[in-house]
Amino acid sequence: MTHTTDALVRLTAAEMAAKLRAGDITSVELTQAHLDRIAAVDDTINAFLHVAADEALETAAAVDTTRAAGGAAAESLHPLAGVPIAIKDLIVTKGQPTTAGSKMLQGWMSPYDATVVEKVRAARMPILGKTNLDEFAMGSSTEHSAYGPTRNPWDITRIPGGSGGGSAAAVAAFEAPLALGTDTGGSIRQPGAVTGTVGTKPTYGGVSRYGAIAMASSLDQIGPVARTVEDAALLHEVIAGHDKKDSTSLPETEYPEGEVPAFSAAASTKTAKGLRIGVIKQLQGEGYQSGVLARFHEALDQLQGAGAEIVEVDCPSFDYALGAYYLIMPSEASSNLARYDGVRYGTRVLPEEGPLTIERVMGSTRAAGFGEEVKRRIILGTYALSAGYYDAYYGSAQKIRTLIQQDFAAAFEQADVLISPTSPTVAFPLGEKLDDPLAMYLNDVATIPANLAGIPGISVPGGLSDGLPVGIQFLAPAKQDARVYHAAGALEQLLNDTYDAPLWAQIPALEEVAR
Amino acid sequence: MSEISRADVEHLATLAHIAMTDAELEKMASELAVIVDSVKRVQEAAGEDVPATSHPLPLTNVFREDIVGHVFTAEESLASAPDAEDSRFKVPAILSEDHDAGPSSVPHEGGER
Amino acid sequence: MNTTTQAAMDAVEPLSFDEALEAFEPVMGFEVHVELNTATKMFSSAPNAFGDEPNTNVNEVDLGMPGTLPAVNGKAVESAIKLGLALNCSIAEHCRFARKQYFYPDTPKNWQTSQYDEPIAFDGHLDVELDDGEIFRVDIERAHMEEDAGKLTHAGTSGRIQGADYSLVDYNRAGVPLIEIVTKPITGAGKRAPEIARAYVSAIRDIVKGLDISDARMERGNVRCDANVSLMRRGAEVFGTRSETKNVNSMRAVEHAVTYEIRRHAGILSAGGSIVQETRHWKEDTRTTSSGRPKSDADDYRYFPEPDLVPIVTTTEWVEALRAELPEPPAQRRRRLREAWGYSEAEFRDVIAAGLLDEIEETVGQGASPAVARKWWMGEISRLANARGVDPAALGVEPVTIVELNRLIEGGTVNDKIARQVLEHHVDGEGAPADIVRNRGLEVVSDDGALTAAVEKAMAENPDVVEKVKGGKLKAIGALIGPVMKETRGQADAGKVKEIVLQTLGMDS
Repeated sequence: MTHTTDALVRLTAAEMAAKLRAGDITSVELTQAHLDRIAAVDDTINAFLHVAADEALETAAAVDTTRAAGGAAAESLHPLAGVPIAIKDLIVTKGQPTTAGSKMLQGWMSPYDATVVEKVRAARMPILGKTNLDEFAMGSSTEHSAYGPTRNPWDITRIPGGSGGGSAAAVAAFEAPLALGTDTGGSIRQPGAVTGTVGTKPTYGGVSRYGAIAMASSLDQIGPVARTVEDAALLHEVIAGHDKKDSTSLPETEYPEGEVPAFSAAASTKTAKGLRIGVIKQLQGEGYQSGVLARFHEALDQLQGAGAEIVEVDCPSFDYALGAYYLIMPSEASSNLARYDGVRYGTRVLPEEGPLTIERVMGSTRAAGFGEEVKRRIILGTYALSAGYYDAYYGSAQKIRTLIQQDFAAAFEQADVLISPTSPTVAFPLGEKLDDPLAMYLNDVATIPANLAGIPGISVPGGLSDGLPVGIQFLAPAKQDARVYHAAGALEQLLNDTYDAPLWAQIPALEEVAR
Repeated sequence: MSEISRADVEHLATLAHIAMTDAELEKMASELAVIVDSVKRVQEAAGEDVPATSHPLPLTNVFREDIVGHVFTAEESLASAPDAEDSRFKVPAILSEDHDAGPSSVPHEGGER
Repeated sequence: MNTTTQAAMDAVEPLSFDEALEAFEPVMGFEVHVELNTATKMFSSAPNAFGDEPNTNVNEVDLGMPGTLPAVNGKAVESAIKLGLALNCSIAEHCRFARKQYFYPDTPKNWQTSQYDEPIAFDGHLDVELDDGEIFRVDIERAHMEEDAGKLTHAGTSGRIQGADYSLVDYNRAGVPLIEIVTKPITGAGKRAPEIARAYVSAIRDIVKGLDISDARMERGNVRCDANVSLMRRGAEVFGTRSETKNVNSMRAVEHAVTYEIRRHAGILSAGGSIVQETRHWKEDTRTTSSGRPKSDADDYRYFPEPDLVPIVTTTEWVEALRAELPEPPAQRRRRLREAWGYSEAEFRDVIAAGLLDEIEETVGQGASPAVARKWWMGEISRLANARGVDPAALGVEPVTIVELNRLIEGGTVNDKIARQVLEHHVDGEGAPADIVRNRGLEVVSDDGALTAAVEKAMAENPDVVEKVKGGKLKAIGALIGPVMKETRGQADAGKVKEIVLQTLGMDS
């Protein structure tokens, strides 16, 4: 049986896994199809900073061999074994470079694998390469990458969101069926929204952060990027679980079931019947594009029509969420990024003039190695933590965090999940907000509260506005990640029924764009 | 407008060890003022009686067993060092005579003890 | 400008210690860092080991690699709690780690993970015993956990930081668990300040050694002391400006550094100058301190709670379980032993000074009387050790050997003098005392035949002595013992010799 590259890469990860299991295709074929796709479109998209063709094919061949041999080894292969994956270049990989999208780490090779990478390798998923991002994950457009912006496959003049624009664009452009992202204030969900893909930010602690280059430790979380809710859930199951190397990771016993829940089962429920859905009063209206709001209200109607109960919830402290976030995030980032000083690894830049002292070498290294946005956040964070300001800024922001948690707790008394648009706007043109940091920060207004509270969130496609994807966000209480898959799976099914096909079937054929 | 001067930014840049030109300092000061203006609203809602949350989930007492794990060889440790000599990381001369901030009684001088 | 003032102040001649104490009252404070003897580091599983090849006791965490996270060593936390309890501190029910941020090449993340406003132990005290047995109470402000930094070596002609062309960094020590013990200001020490300083550091060393939480070897930096000194004019109520002398790393140096700083401050203050708040460096060769770095506004450490770690919550059960594991406090143990053994204060002090408390306790435990144990350890063993230039404990004499030797004496097999020879042969590796006596034929000559012959010979050679004895001067017998000993190669029992002389002269009663 032969398959065209195009047909293969447009399968869902679950379908790929089924065909691999059935022996319809080999992992080498599948992996090669994605490598071909990358070769065909990535000059245009720039989703990948590094492609690891040899390593990916080697893993694929080994899986094929195991499967062909049959027996217990073949039986015990992970369901996703042989399904390729892309990894955000903020997550360290042994044997492949990790840059964090920064000149600071150009050429750096990690001597260790992130825990999630170990899990991906244990599941024997071929790693296609490392995806582009805003430098150190600081941005909402991937334009702050030191290696050039990633383009949105729906419209290559527009941003793919950020910071995980590379992972989202790679999945949207069929360069990879699955990818890993990181989400500190929306870096998985907002790119998911503007590229018409699915992205989950798990409960804080649900996935080990060991090996994810830290931006803001108390907010960062690794999560799955996929084209379908089920695929995201399957990947989530691969990477979830307690890790002794991450002291903030959740022991399995913390989950209500006493183990990592079956997210994919929740994703397969595909019914909204009986679901109590809370509409967050503060996350709609002013600042949200009318096209975004139109799709959002359609989604509410559809869900209600399918038997969900829609209630409005009030979260007054969300008005302060962006402020709290832009104090906590830069504070922690200013500290986490102090290690890049040109002493132990990475770039060292000597001052152009004056005496050669370590202090001046650190200063010139950090001046040359960091981009503008990174410096802005480091300086802002240094300010917020400095003597005399700590209580007013960092301390106050931590209190807002308490208030937001309280708002969520009250909201979840009334609803099983909460709903909002993921991002106030559809993908905006490249360059539009580059010189206006504050406008850029506003992209995260709907995604940030979940990070501050540590709860899970997902962005799922909600239709198009002027030909560009709109994302719908579901939020659930901490450790109830299964609920966001349940709700998102239901909405996905409703929209698929409406449009008679998944939204991503409408993504332009990029080979033609490239020409 | 928030009162963030060029001199303030210069001090912050010194603390953060980022060399900045005069033009960069000026630009950063004006950008910072705008951002700080917008974020400092948090103080309005952060009442005395509100407890601070530094962690999203209330875990406590996560400890590691005192059992030796993997180590690097000197070559592995120094594999990505910008400069090295004699199995050690090599850095240019240190200007500050001593760093009071260090684990305050760590010997910074004199090599072996 | 600051430098000029500083230079001028440094030029002022220190007052004599007595003069200084006449005009001023010293106030001291100590920050003692104790390196724990855990198997692994504070936040990583790399080994906590001394003296290996540079950068081989590290993993990605210790090198501050991107993406790494700390994981707290539970044993280090328990060590900290035990030390807190031994220092009579309250143990925090809830405490956290914090990041203390500053850039320095020996600090891999450019912050030190420490504790800031929530130390694990606080508000304690330590009763320090001075040379004359007086007890001085030092109040403890806090004890907190933190990590050590790497080690810098400065390349250049001086080997010091000034004038070095470059520096080399070894991160083996980075992340080694430390507990920092901070005292409250120590007032009322008066002229005993230097002695109290030494006794305090000594007491801390004894405690951590007794708890077995540190190797406590000051020469290796396991216990390191920063000494703060300030002076108040007599009658004043406000503390003066303090100096902080860093890395005074022997007990003698602590005593000398405090003495010197008191004299230096007094000199400057008496000359109308003022003290600059600064760090000072201790110079062992001249027994003086030199100016380090003044405190500056740039010392903004931007502390904030370490977000990669979760809080530590101590339950009463946990703390009490650890308290139950505590050994007897060293000072209490010393008091108990001195009373039990009946030593004089001077005798006991000598034992402590010789560092032989453990050995004597064990020897007594093996069945020797306290007097016998002291006699051997403080006498012949110390003499032998001294002659060989080693510590008495390092001679390898087991307490049970002392008991055996003493049994040989009491049983009349050997006399004191022979026993001392046996000990020396034992130290030289000739085996157990009884074997040495047998192999070398050192038994006391007590069979009457041989001894009587020797006595008769001595009497024949010394008729004048015999006359004196006959005349009733029994003490004169002593003059016969020497020749008898000579004849019997020292193996005669003096009492027996006396007996035979009197018998021969028909004088026994």
